[in-house]
Amino acid sequence: MSLSMTLSHQFADFKLDLSLETGPGITALFGRSGAGKTTIINAVAGLLRPGAGRIVIDGEVVLDTAKNIFVSAHKRRLGTVFQDARLFPHLTVAQNLSFGSRYAPKSSQGASLQDVVSLLGLEDILGRRPATLSGGEKQRVALGRALLNHPRMLLMDEPLASLDGPRKQDILPYLERLRDGPLGLPILYVSHATDEVARLADTLVLLQGGTVRAQGPLFEVMSDPAAVPLLGVREAGAVVEAEVLSHGDDGISTLKISAGTIELPGVQAAPGSRVRLRVLAQDVIVSLNRPAGLSSVNVLPVVIDAVHPGDGPGAAIALQAGSDRILARVTARAVNELGLAPGLPCYAILKATTVAPGSIGR
Amino acid sequence: MSADSAAWDALRLSLWVACWATVLAVPLALWVAWLLARRDFWGKTLLNAAVHLPLVMPPVVTGYLLLIVFGRNAPLGRALEAVGLQLAFHWTGAVLAAIVMGFPLMVRAMRLAIEAVDPKLEEAAATLGAPRWAVFGRVTLPLIIPGILAGVVMGFAKAMGEFGATITFVANIPGQTQTLPSAIWSALQIPGGEAQALTMVLMASVVAISAVLLSEMLARRVAARIAGA
Repeated sequence: MSLSMTLSHQFADFKLDLSLETGPGITALFGRSGAGKTTIINAVAGLLRPGAGRIVIDGEVVLDTAKNIFVSAHKRRLGTVFQDARLFPHLTVAQNLSFGSRYAPKSSQGASLQDVVSLLGLEDILGRRPATLSGGEKQRVALGRALLNHPRMLLMDEPLASLDGPRKQDILPYLERLRDGPLGLPILYVSHATDEVARLADTLVLLQGGTVRAQGPLFEVMSDPAAVPLLGVREAGAVVEAEVLSHGDDGISTLKISAGTIELPGVQAAPGSRVRLRVLAQDVIVSLNRPAGLSSVNVLPVVIDAVHPGDGPGAAIALQAGSDRILARVTARAVNELGLAPGLPCYAILKATTVAPGSIGR
Repeated sequence: MSADSAAWDALRLSLWVACWATVLAVPLALWVAWLLARRDFWGKTLLNAAVHLPLVMPPVVTGYLLLIVFGRNAPLGRALEAVGLQLAFHWTGAVLAAIVMGFPLMVRAMRLAIEAVDPKLEEAAATLGAPRWAVFGRVTLPLIIPGILAGVVMGFAKAMGEFGATITFVANIPGQTQTLPSAIWSALQIPGGEAQALTMVLMASVVAISAVLLSEMLARRVAARIAGA
């Protein structure tokens, strides 16, 4: 399964001009609003005819403006989950779901109604109409409806953006099950929330002003100091994989990462499981000497990999920690005074680190 | 022929004409409404104007134009008569006049209903693999039932009440082309005909009010179903 595209589309106020490729797993398109994310989804889904471009899904050309090829939306076999769910208001949940299966290709293999209902926990709401559902329930039904259509790929346009925190936590586990489950469906996932991206994505594409600014494996892009301004200085930070070693009686758990062990509160995952840790750049302090007498116990020996000066007084520093790379955000003045430069060994103090909530093993 | 039976004949003919006009006009009106609401094409403004023309023209003029096109001496009228469809001075002509006069009202009600359906729902249906006709039949149509009912009532009421174009095109032959409005007008021409006219005015009012109440009831039922529970 692969998707590759080049797109060019002129809007009144900005121009979309990009090319990107996705592979298996979840590819996240990340960008602020107005970066062109929804335009990309609409173009792939066949709901928008771009000024110029070419889109190939699994070897099938669904769009080639040069050759005047445009496969209409209903023939593309892509499941789209919109931010606003778009359930059919005159149909019950069960009827909305069967709308999906009705147009699935006869010969296609894929999720059955039973699979979907139990995967998404829809048993109790099958007889209800969309107007009576909560936002989270609507999104689960919309996802189920798309899955029953047996798509080649799922397109998700900010499926969680209209939900509040607890409702998001309702849905994220289902998306993880989907990613890790037997369906193995590739997903193009549009988001402007770094926590969702950190938790779900395998591949990350950063968009800004209609162009691709960075793309690659999640761990690499998230730890690229050049990506800090794109992600936002408060949101930027590396994602590293950790193994849960043990849970202490005091609520502190010990986790192993490639550079050593760290101790964190509030880890739910069982010992032995692997979790994703988000290490926010602004929560990492760089020290030339091994610090003593600190309230934080999470100190890792690191080597400076790259220094990336920002536009303002800040600078982003990439630190090699074992086989992982983490980011630290410091001031440009500190870079000068401490002589921070690539190759310099030093220590990283992790003030706070969050486990991507509910993150489960891969 | 008693005055009363003339009134009942006129009522029967008007109901007959109005039902035929409504049944024949609904599919065409729905199609035109959908074209105007959802498609962009060359000549759309022209079509829109043509549909609304009978609304702004004097009905007598519309009736006269019908007579020119479908009259027994006009080529089209003669051709239709050759295949057994006489329109001028015949009840079928009253149906045609009612369709033409009611069409703008029907199209307007249905077009507004279609425009009120979120096109994003239709897009969602398309991404699920539904071809365009299925999107219309399974998503758009069920959602615009209240608007269609409104259009049906408007068209039916217009057909019941049409006077100017009808009397011009098919005349006022008692028992053949004399609809309720024509009969009321005739009664009022005769000294002492007011009582009979009043009977028919009551008939017309009962039909009109029943039609509105019936459509309200149906529309409310549909709306309640969409709202859930």
